[in-house]
Amino acid sequence: MSDSILVRAGRPYGQEPVDIVIDGDRIAAIAEVGTATADRVLDAQGCVVLPGLVDLHTHLREPGREHAETIESGSRAAALGGFTCVHAMANTSPVADTAGVVEQVWRRGIECGLVDVRPVGAVTVGLEGRQMAELGAMASSAAAVRVFSDDGLCVHDPLLMRRALEYVKAFDGVIAQHAQDPRLTEGAQMNESELSGRLGLAGWPAVAEESIIARDVLLAAHTGSRLHVCHVSTAGSVEVIRWAKSRGMPVTAEATPHHLLLTEELVSTFDPVYKVNPPLRRRADVEALRAAVLDGTIDIIATDHAPHPREDKDCEWAAAAMGMLGLETALGIAAQVVTRDEHTRGDGEPSTDWQAIAQLMSVAPARIGRVADQGQPIEPGSIANLAIWDPSVEMTVSGERLASRSGNTPYAGFTLPGAVRHVLFRGRPSVVDGGLA
Amino acid sequence: MIGRHLLSAQDLTSADAVRILDTAGELATVTDRSVKKLPTLRGRTVVTLFFEDSTRTRISFELAAKRLSADVINFAAKGSSLSKGESLKDTALTLEAMGADAVIIRHGASGAPYRLANAGWIQGSVINAGDGTHEHPTQALLDAFTLRNHLRAGSGDLAGARVAIVGDILHSRVARSNVALLRTLGAQVTVVAPPTLLPYGVDTWPCDVGYDIDDVLPHVDAVMMLRVQAERMAGSYFPNELEYSRRYGLDSRRMALMPAEAIVLHPGPMNRGVEISAEVADSPRAVVVEQVTNGVHVRMAVLYLLLGGGPEELMVEGADR
Repeated sequence: MSDSILVRAGRPYGQEPVDIVIDGDRIAAIAEVGTATADRVLDAQGCVVLPGLVDLHTHLREPGREHAETIESGSRAAALGGFTCVHAMANTSPVADTAGVVEQVWRRGIECGLVDVRPVGAVTVGLEGRQMAELGAMASSAAAVRVFSDDGLCVHDPLLMRRALEYVKAFDGVIAQHAQDPRLTEGAQMNESELSGRLGLAGWPAVAEESIIARDVLLAAHTGSRLHVCHVSTAGSVEVIRWAKSRGMPVTAEATPHHLLLTEELVSTFDPVYKVNPPLRRRADVEALRAAVLDGTIDIIATDHAPHPREDKDCEWAAAAMGMLGLETALGIAAQVVTRDEHTRGDGEPSTDWQAIAQLMSVAPARIGRVADQGQPIEPGSIANLAIWDPSVEMTVSGERLASRSGNTPYAGFTLPGAVRHVLFRGRPSVVDGGLA
Repeated sequence: MIGRHLLSAQDLTSADAVRILDTAGELATVTDRSVKKLPTLRGRTVVTLFFEDSTRTRISFELAAKRLSADVINFAAKGSSLSKGESLKDTALTLEAMGADAVIIRHGASGAPYRLANAGWIQGSVINAGDGTHEHPTQALLDAFTLRNHLRAGSGDLAGARVAIVGDILHSRVARSNVALLRTLGAQVTVVAPPTLLPYGVDTWPCDVGYDIDDVLPHVDAVMMLRVQAERMAGSYFPNELEYSRRYGLDSRRMALMPAEAIVLHPGPMNRGVEISAEVADSPRAVVVEQVTNGVHVRMAVLYLLLGGGPEELMVEGADR
């Protein structure tokens, strides 16, 4: 076999170790440990092998804000985080609301060659919420857009939302809604709570998110169209989505790593690294989101990776930009929070549910985004997109050491269990031994 | 002992607060003399950094610092990073380079003094002179000082004193600092406002909450009226000024509901005819002008305790450093 690669002794989905042979861009064989050979060997002893991660919610900032991130720097961060596909959000400058812009992003992703960069198209022209963008042209373009979102802003007009949901049915698209009632969140700075009242920061009530989700699931049911809810952040939103799914409504939902880990208490530092949209919520919301991730109410974990240059965070809270880095820390946080007691390890700690993580971070996002080559099972014949995770090491997070062009991680100083060791993108190593190949 | 900064009234223990008030009382007697200056902060640099216009608070701090012989620099920073002015960070670095020993900051953004104190930009003390809708701790201290003079003969704490705070609690840094400090000093506080002008979670605050001022006034030793801003009408917080005034304004009829000894406070500037009628504002029960005088003494005490020496130094009159 020419240019074949052997991933030695890795544990697919955390199960028993096997040798995985990759030839060209596909998995050629899965064999007993020690029985396979290839031109190149990547040691994966003790490592968990997952299908390459797929992020449905990434801000790459290019075009327009290349001082925060570029498609290239974001691709590097994604690969180092175990991703083989990212969906680049539309709130660039110019906005990704035409075939021309989405094709530019898509081509640049191919040139960088580290992950599949799937552009997300804007729902409305200029994200202005007034006129539907050329969704069909973006769908038919070389970028073959299937996910449409005004993320950062809510498609607030109910009629426009209805029409967009209906319109994308023609090409099996999905509307990914940033659920935030703009009137209920004017000037909002943090979750509305006892804490916002004490800190004197304008509140962002949970109902501003939940009321939009409630409206949208009903619209999706009425139109029979696919709705995806971005970054669900409240216990009430989880309840609405659970109800909608129990009725068979066509809705999927995502949670971010930070909403699964961090709480609003961090805002009392007034450090804008914790400023994010939607805001960090209460402990009870975090618990509800974790339960929803485990019971399938939340379909996917998506990063909402949102790079910002230092000057946009090195200021007073109200002046700071909203958003946090996420690509390089997502899997480490998922490994911490997607755990089940019934898998309890010998030391009494709940153990990571790697099957669930594969679903949440690869299979399901690939399905929602209609990305055929991603999220495939680890078996012969599949495209060889693989993330190989070493649970025996630790990762201490530092903004400067991340590959992203920005450093706005809320996890600086955190020690996360495990680290990405190797990544294969379409059969080629993009990351080897924790560094870019 | 109070720390290096004064950022929030919540950071003060009862002992800290009483110490500040006692120190203010002593400084008040000193400054009653013909030569009003103390040498305590000679050679120290105090900056007033005001991102919002507030002439009264700024000159109160300026006078306080000058009476302690500090060098005072007034830095009126127009706008903020929000309005494309110089960033808070660059302003802070500039002041640090000039060797400011204390920065007294007024800023429109809640938490801005915390950034100044904790972001590693400056070494000196930071005193919060009002940040957004968050806190205004020296206002609470001067209010407590005023209350103590009237209700407790100028000593000890405020245990058992009944104080109502009436008006726009939601947007009031004065209310937040007062609720915290008065509670710490043992007072029973009731906030009174239309429900739209009370923050979410006010039921968890260490105070009672009322919607009807007439129910509360017969049971107070002091009432503090807050300024209500005209722009709140645009936000649908209440229908119009007239209705607000009718339901929550303090006029002579309402003042008559209060016990005879009860006093009226207002942090200023007053909207006469809106939250307070001219008759009440000009009545002997209104202590608004005293509050202004006390503000200087309390701010002297804060500067003295944050930057200066201990109490023994105060006793040695005119001692040079």
